[in-house]
Amino acid sequence: MTLSVSPVIFIVLSATALLGALGVVLSRNLFRAALFLVLSFIGVAGLYILLEVEILAMIQLLIYVGAIAILIIFVIMLSRQLMSPQYRAWNQQRRGGAVVAVMLFAVLAFVLLSVTWPTAEAAVPQDAIARLGRALVAPDQFVLPFEVASVLLLVALVGAVIIAREK
Amino acid sequence: MQVPLSWYLIVAAALFCIGLYGVLSRRNAIAILMGVELMLNAVNVNLLAFWRHGEVARGTLAGQVFAIIVITVAAAEAAVGLALVIAVYRARRTVDVEEVDRMKL
Repeated sequence: MTLSVSPVIFIVLSATALLGALGVVLSRNLFRAALFLVLSFIGVAGLYILLEVEILAMIQLLIYVGAIAILIIFVIMLSRQLMSPQYRAWNQQRRGGAVVAVMLFAVLAFVLLSVTWPTAEAAVPQDAIARLGRALVAPDQFVLPFEVASVLLLVALVGAVIIAREK
Repeated sequence: MQVPLSWYLIVAAALFCIGLYGVLSRRNAIAILMGVELMLNAVNVNLLAFWRHGEVARGTLAGQVFAIIVITVAAAEAAVGLALVIAVYRARRTVDVEEVDRMKL
């Protein structure tokens, strides 16, 4: 059930996500950028709750905030000597990159606003999480992507260990 | 009042473009990885917004499953990418992508 305050909550959450993202790309200090990344992830998790996919919001908090952001902070700590104040954080493409990003956003916004999206309003069923769990292992639905994802994680795990190992 | 679908799509587009700017303009490999993570997050917002506003009515779950697969791939990408950063740092004492150019023509 969506309440009438949801536009306000939406604006607050998207402002959190977008300001965090801006902090990631604009802050010179890499550690601060990683903390802004956590803020952005939390804002996106709030958007998931507003979209009534609470399970994905929890996965977002656990995997992105709990694992990926912490992993990034670990690696920043391991290569910390580089972060001297005179280090140039941006390359020569800085202006061009900004122009490309703004133009892409303008094109996307133009397209998104000029299309009337067909939306079918329906309530999210009560047992959505249980149905998601069954769908992930049902042979006629998503069991193959599920298993491929597990193999992918295993390969990434082994690959990361082998790449980062001392020779 | 429901938040309309286009608001989510606009926010996701903005998030994607901010991440793209980070990928294009940063010199540090870790900062570039953070930009990629922002872009993947924007894709997930899109997938779940379309699921909520279109797919729920049909009772299917492809949007959610797709988002879970994207999160899995993002986790694998972060692990392998950061392992590569550590390996490059150990070999070259830098994580600056402009100084790691031995394979450039």
